[in-house]
Amino acid sequence: MFTPEMHASIKKVEATRQSRIGADLRRMTAQEKEELLGRYHPDYKKEGFAVLKTGPNKGDKVPTELAELLQAGSRVADLDLDLSAPDYNVDVLVIGGGGSGASAAIEAHEAGSDVMIVTKLRLGDANTMMAEGGIQAADKENDSPATHYLDALGGGHYANKPELLRRLVTEGPGAVKWLGELGVMFDKGADGTMITTHGGGTSRKRMHAAKDYSGAEIMRVLRDEVYNREIPVVDFTAAIELILDTGGNAAGAVLMNMETGEHLIARAKAVILATGGAGRLHYQGFPTSNHYGATADGLVLGYRAGAKLLYADTLQYHPTGVAFPMQIFGALVTEKVRSLGAMLVNADGEAFMHPLETRDVSAAAIIRECDANGKGIATPQGFGVWLDTPMIEIIHGEGAIEKRIPGMLRMYSKYDIDIREVPILVYPTLHYQNGGLEIDTAGQTAVPNLFVAGEAVGGIHGRNRLMGNSLLDIIVFGRSAGKNAAKASQDATVRELALAHVERFAAEAAAAGVRSDARSPLLLPNYARK
Amino acid sequence: MQDMVNIFLYGKKYEIPAGLTIMGAMEYAGYQLVRGCGCRNGFCGACATIYRIKGDRELKVCLACQTTVENDMYIATLPFFPLVKELYDMNEIGPTEQIMMQLYPEIYSCIGCNACTKSCTQDLNVMQYIAYAQRGEYESCAEESFDCVMCGVCSSRCPAGISHPQVALLSRRLTGKYLAPEAAHLTARVREIENGDFAELLERIMQKPLEELRELYNHRDIEE
Repeated sequence: MFTPEMHASIKKVEATRQSRIGADLRRMTAQEKEELLGRYHPDYKKEGFAVLKTGPNKGDKVPTELAELLQAGSRVADLDLDLSAPDYNVDVLVIGGGGSGASAAIEAHEAGSDVMIVTKLRLGDANTMMAEGGIQAADKENDSPATHYLDALGGGHYANKPELLRRLVTEGPGAVKWLGELGVMFDKGADGTMITTHGGGTSRKRMHAAKDYSGAEIMRVLRDEVYNREIPVVDFTAAIELILDTGGNAAGAVLMNMETGEHLIARAKAVILATGGAGRLHYQGFPTSNHYGATADGLVLGYRAGAKLLYADTLQYHPTGVAFPMQIFGALVTEKVRSLGAMLVNADGEAFMHPLETRDVSAAAIIRECDANGKGIATPQGFGVWLDTPMIEIIHGEGAIEKRIPGMLRMYSKYDIDIREVPILVYPTLHYQNGGLEIDTAGQTAVPNLFVAGEAVGGIHGRNRLMGNSLLDIIVFGRSAGKNAAKASQDATVRELALAHVERFAAEAAAAGVRSDARSPLLLPNYARK
Repeated sequence: MQDMVNIFLYGKKYEIPAGLTIMGAMEYAGYQLVRGCGCRNGFCGACATIYRIKGDRELKVCLACQTTVENDMYIATLPFFPLVKELYDMNEIGPTEQIMMQLYPEIYSCIGCNACTKSCTQDLNVMQYIAYAQRGEYESCAEESFDCVMCGVCSSRCPAGISHPQVALLSRRLTGKYLAPEAAHLTARVREIENGDFAELLERIMQKPLEELRELYNHRDIEE
């Protein structure tokens, strides 16, 4: 399966392995990191971005692919819709069926609301399901929410919205406790102590995991809880536009059955956008670790309705995407592999960086190693560097890989690669949308009664998210959006439903000189060969 | 010239580049997938697939996103399977032996054919974890079933009509909630936070000017 060049390079990796065990690799200085990012991180590549000509963020730069969708025509533009006879009428409408949407729905239900979830695929089809590494929470003796705050702030380049970050770290332990009480099986010692590890950029071991199925385990439980509560889930149905009432409040959505194309109207007193990320837009041609449905739909819907974007120009490229074999190109190799001690090693068998720098720094360093330094290993789809997985069993003993990262072992074994025996090839993959729609501490946007939770939110993580803070944020802010939307729905009086904002947006775009034949939201990437 | 293989999607023949996954092959053939496609990384169970290689008696199962096409592969997808999902309130039930009898009594009709294990797309020992559930050994069932993606293929092959993934999920939730030892440090920390013990410390950090924050961050002590 490996090429002869790869085999030759593996020999070099093996030759240096013993000497690297326990080696103290230097962390980069703040200045070194800045220079590295500026030269090699894709966020700094000007050609990848376009300036918005219209909408709440007019004049700001966002990825070119996102700019096209934000400024494209609406899918409802030529439809004859009767908004006066809604097909669904609820208190709280949750758009999106991932971890934040499910958490929000559970809490809205708990608060007594009539809540409904619509999702364009199935409940649980989301990036949450694919989060492998874990969830951060400052619950150990030597840790505190303040320490967690500083780690996330520095990692986020001091751009995190302080109030949102405070909420994230303060409610972290409570979120983990809530999940445990729902029945999530966290890795624990015999006495109940949580088994926690480092993630890139953490100063304390606060990564809680459920093997390397952390997100899947959380999502399975949340989904089951939604079903147990008999919360209606309208699946294979996408929201294609938000509906505001004549008073300008969020009041529902136009829905489309993904299989039949039928259009439906949902009326609601409050709406929660929990639509997730954008990896499937393949910014700058990168592969992605994201779910099939990660197409930034919520950003498009929210933007047209008047909600502002924050840090939409910052993306997270996970440093360790699969570079080889081609069948799983771009898939995620969990950061937990590095947490457990595997080093990043170049073609000559040299460890070229500390394995636990933050994700943006690590990604940029790998790109530099392959690009400027010429020490990458050629693959059919580009280049990669080694992630020296056999180190894990030397450090933690035989069986550690099967016990701690069974998902990784299985993923590679399908292609006859035993990660206990040989290192694996990795290269950055588009992983996370750091930015998104701006919210206040209640989770609400500038549009009244429009809430956002999960990856569609911008500001919590600043300009770079730390590992384990996303599973945390979907729970903390998902729950809070659910509670607050339930509350808002109690006081809301919905006036006549309207789509005037869509027409207004189109008129402003035309006046600003935007020319586009495209329609958005995208809903699904088009991978079918023409 | 690329190596090509012949595959049969729902019986119809397509010529596909060797090396693609079944999912990739369907897209190469021109399918715009809606059903049967989820995470594309082997975690979500959306793309359960049944296939047989021409001339081979054995029926095989897999996840379409995790399996490379082979020549003469006859492929049918199983994007949905009607599992039985019973409703329960986690606060009302407990890890008792009776609970499985009440909710999923069909597990006691298992005839031991092992078709579930043979068909598992994750190579789990499905029949074994059902046996654990029968005996009320929920922790063992949870551990054995942990990597289940709930694709439902096992249930599609079961003559007793067992919904294995749902039995496993209930066992895991019972284990996580009731059987795993409590994390005392977590309970204590949540109480401290509720008391407001960390509020002042956080507030102090939030008030610091950027330069001081940078200093603090760059020189923070990192746990070994």
